[in-house]
Amino acid sequence: MKSKNLPITIFLMGLAILFVAPVIIVLINSFKGQFYILDAPFKLPDSSTFFGINNYISGIEKTNFLSAFGYSLFITVFSVLAIIFFPAMTSWYIARVKNAFTKILYYGFILSMVIPFQMVMFTMAKTANVLSLDNPLGIIFIYLGFGSGLSIFMYTGFVKSIPKEIEEAAMIDGCNPVKMFFSIIFPILKPIAITIAILNAMWIWNDYLLPLLLIGNDYKTIPIAVQYLRGGYGSVDMGAMMALLVLSIIPIIVFYLISQKYIIEGVVSGAVKG
Amino acid sequence: MENSIKKYFPLFVIPTLTAFIISFFIPLIMGIYLSFSEFTTVSDAEFTGFLNYIKAFSNKEFLDSLWFTVKFTVVSVVTINLFAFFLALLLTKNIRGRNVFRTVFFMPNLIGGIVLGYIWQLIINGVLLNFGVTITYKASYGFWGLVILSNWQMIGYMMVIYIAGIQNIPTELIEAAKIDGAKGFQVLKNVTLPLVMPSVTICLFLTLSNSFKMFDQNLALTAGAPAKQTQMLALDIYNTFYGTVGYEGVGQAKAVIFSVILASIGITQLYFTRRREIEH
Amino acid sequence: MIKRLLTVILTVAVLTMNTGCMKKASSGEVYFLNFKPEVASVYDEIAKVYKNETGKDVKIVTAASGTYEQTLKSEIAKSSAPTIFQVNGPIGFASWEKYCADLKDTALYNNLNDKDVAITKGDGVYAIPYAIEGYGIIYNDAIMRKYFSLPNKSTSLTDASQIDSFEKLKEIVVDMQSKKKELGIEGVFASTSLNAGEQWRWQTHLANIPFYYEFKENLKEDETTVTKGLDKKEITFKFADNFKNIFDLYINNSVTDKKLLGSKSTSDSMAEFALGKCAMVQNGDWAWSQIKNVDGNVVKENDIKFLPIFTGIEGEENQGLCVGTENYIAVNKNASDEAKKNSIDFLEWLYTSETGKEYVSKRLGFNAPFKSFSENERPDDPLSREVIKWLDSDKNNIEWTFLSFPSDEFKNYFGDVLLQYTQGNLNWNDVKKTVVERWKSESNK
Repeated sequence: MKSKNLPITIFLMGLAILFVAPVIIVLINSFKGQFYILDAPFKLPDSSTFFGINNYISGIEKTNFLSAFGYSLFITVFSVLAIIFFPAMTSWYIARVKNAFTKILYYGFILSMVIPFQMVMFTMAKTANVLSLDNPLGIIFIYLGFGSGLSIFMYTGFVKSIPKEIEEAAMIDGCNPVKMFFSIIFPILKPIAITIAILNAMWIWNDYLLPLLLIGNDYKTIPIAVQYLRGGYGSVDMGAMMALLVLSIIPIIVFYLISQKYIIEGVVSGAVKG
Repeated sequence: MENSIKKYFPLFVIPTLTAFIISFFIPLIMGIYLSFSEFTTVSDAEFTGFLNYIKAFSNKEFLDSLWFTVKFTVVSVVTINLFAFFLALLLTKNIRGRNVFRTVFFMPNLIGGIVLGYIWQLIINGVLLNFGVTITYKASYGFWGLVILSNWQMIGYMMVIYIAGIQNIPTELIEAAKIDGAKGFQVLKNVTLPLVMPSVTICLFLTLSNSFKMFDQNLALTAGAPAKQTQMLALDIYNTFYGTVGYEGVGQAKAVIFSVILASIGITQLYFTRRREIEH
Repeated sequence: MIKRLLTVILTVAVLTMNTGCMKKASSGEVYFLNFKPEVASVYDEIAKVYKNETGKDVKIVTAASGTYEQTLKSEIAKSSAPTIFQVNGPIGFASWEKYCADLKDTALYNNLNDKDVAITKGDGVYAIPYAIEGYGIIYNDAIMRKYFSLPNKSTSLTDASQIDSFEKLKEIVVDMQSKKKELGIEGVFASTSLNAGEQWRWQTHLANIPFYYEFKENLKEDETTVTKGLDKKEITFKFADNFKNIFDLYINNSVTDKKLLGSKSTSDSMAEFALGKCAMVQNGDWAWSQIKNVDGNVVKENDIKFLPIFTGIEGEENQGLCVGTENYIAVNKNASDEAKKNSIDFLEWLYTSETGKEYVSKRLGFNAPFKSFSENERPDDPLSREVIKWLDSDKNNIEWTFLSFPSDEFKNYFGDVLLQYTQGNLNWNDVKKTVVERWKSESNK
């Protein structure tokens, strides 16, 4: 058995190297001078092309990377919190109160899942601007609205599987719905909440167009900062670019290695439900 | 019980609903209206009927990018799912370091589209350097570049779903088939494949809509070069909207068409998932 | 646990975010959407200095290269829209006419050396140029001197400034290319950057020359090549072969193999020039900062000179540089009266106060076309000095006829076919055909 699997293991190892290689190549190039990258991307740096961490310094300076990191972190964390919290309440309401209104509500939310962002990009930016939501705080509200579709879809499916008897028993004990939701329902929803958190975090952290159109000129998130580096009457600095790519990957990899069990489980159950 | 919950409507529904109405519903209705008008900001919109739609459908770039998107979607859906399924089969075997491999293959999925695009631009141009060309040399280079990129990004994700599907198959079924004398391939065809069909459906639709909607990767990898021949629908809409003065309405009309296509994909998916749920 | 984690995240986020700019713009605030990313940091300084001197806030945002129109379009729809923005000439004005306030009564307009350069319609003055720029072929005279001192050179000329026609230029370039080892260069010309968004030196600046000559034929007295071009719904691209002359010379005698030019950017070319890898590069006086800031720069300030772009058109011995502007400033008509007033105040401060003028000429490096600037208040970098020298000479400087190109889309198509031609996927007739067709379709949109 073992010997039969050896070729497979070797094959997978080769493939794994192929999968990691692009990131490693970018990492290597981030230590080379900007004019030695495009001409020989697969060469290791030598004494004349080695640039130390200068690319990192210029990349961080040019794009104000630290503040981009701060905005990305702030927006992602609080949007995700909002998205796991408020739609959970709404889903419970939709699942438990059965009338025409909740039905329309439910299908309205589902509709938002299948509509591409380009459909509303301009009008959403305009609405957000009129209501002064075009700042790092307001965009959380926008993400709550735009991300609620998937969450409600997943939560509602899950709530339906919770036996009503638990709630009815609590009700008889004199528990009001608010207390019941927070002390009984929300803890039950925890596994699906983790899934929702992960799916939304992956989306919001990497999102480019929405924050660009809403707040991109004043508050640059990481993807916007990376893209913005290409600007400047033809002055893209490849070295700084490589450094910035590495810098934007590092937090993701760290986060992934810490919580990969949840991430992979979350993705699986998210896909099965969605 | 229903009635007592109902009283708490403001607390349970209003926050989400307000956010939803402001960030999605109002923009959607406005967007549909604007697709029938000429405008630069919202306040100066003038109703022009179906003119924008006529312009959109007589717009060569739109049709070209639609065709390019369809081609890309077909190729990447097929390749991603084949590779992902194949890898899932290998990783459900008794292999040392399975989890390490799974971790590695899934990793690219977490990297954002813009960053992915620039990573692969470097790699692909580096390889093509040996042939004295770059990715913008021919549209087909950009096409395959995008296919490779999307494979790299999505294989891990789909693989994970397939692994879960395969692991859900009761081992007795496979054992029983083997006792009946079925060979490896027959087991795959007659037992494994039918039982992972639900995962297949999910993965097909996920890759389908992700490929169709692709924007960031396209923008960063080729930005449509050469001559907009590698421009996908989402990018074409963006460029029409923000790149051409006086064409905002046409861009919005294109977005409506795009939405209709994606909504049909989405609704078909829901239909299939629902049917499956009823069957079980 | 979760509480503690959130506290940590929140602290990190708030510490790293630029909380200073979280505040909302007040209604009368000046918001300037800058077009030139290469001087973005200088503008930031100007905003600080202005705040110190007058106590007033100016918000300056810079659009990334090639995205100005997109950024302006998304910003102008907002409630705190830019109060000062830029239009790139008559075509840009046509798009943004609804937003341009009349500047007829401003001191800024009356301060212009030549009032005809402003963009007007009827009685109104809607956009005012703020920098005169020039471009041509920049060369490194040190390398040229080295070439002219070679015993086996094929030319009888002895100095680069004697080059006054395409024929002479070509002879020297081809000869230099064959002797590149002796000259210590990798090619005569820097890379012809044809990456997406990096094609403006060819589809706009180089294309200026054939169209200038095309429109100049039978020019009526009250016309300029720009106004004539604006009226043209169709062109013949009569001097297409002249464009091909110089373009071929660029791509065939380059540092980079022509099939690889699709990945090159302008900064690559400028770096090649700064590092002494090539002798010539087509660009304008704004490129000085890009040459200066390259690490390992070997080009001496005194060796940087301009040559006109020769293409083999009759009478080009008297041709000078291409001098003009595509930088016109406009004030948003829809801004509040207070914001409009503040915006004009800011512009007048920038172009008339001593501090402002110092920044304009020395730091932004603009050759400002205003009376308030004296002779010694002109930019003093080597490229600007050269442009001023050419302006004062008796040569015929060429107008920026490209201001009449029908749209950015036209230029992009032009650039795309140039890339395909360079890579060998299109022949020259196809290029010519596309340019003619696209002019027609874009100018009839």
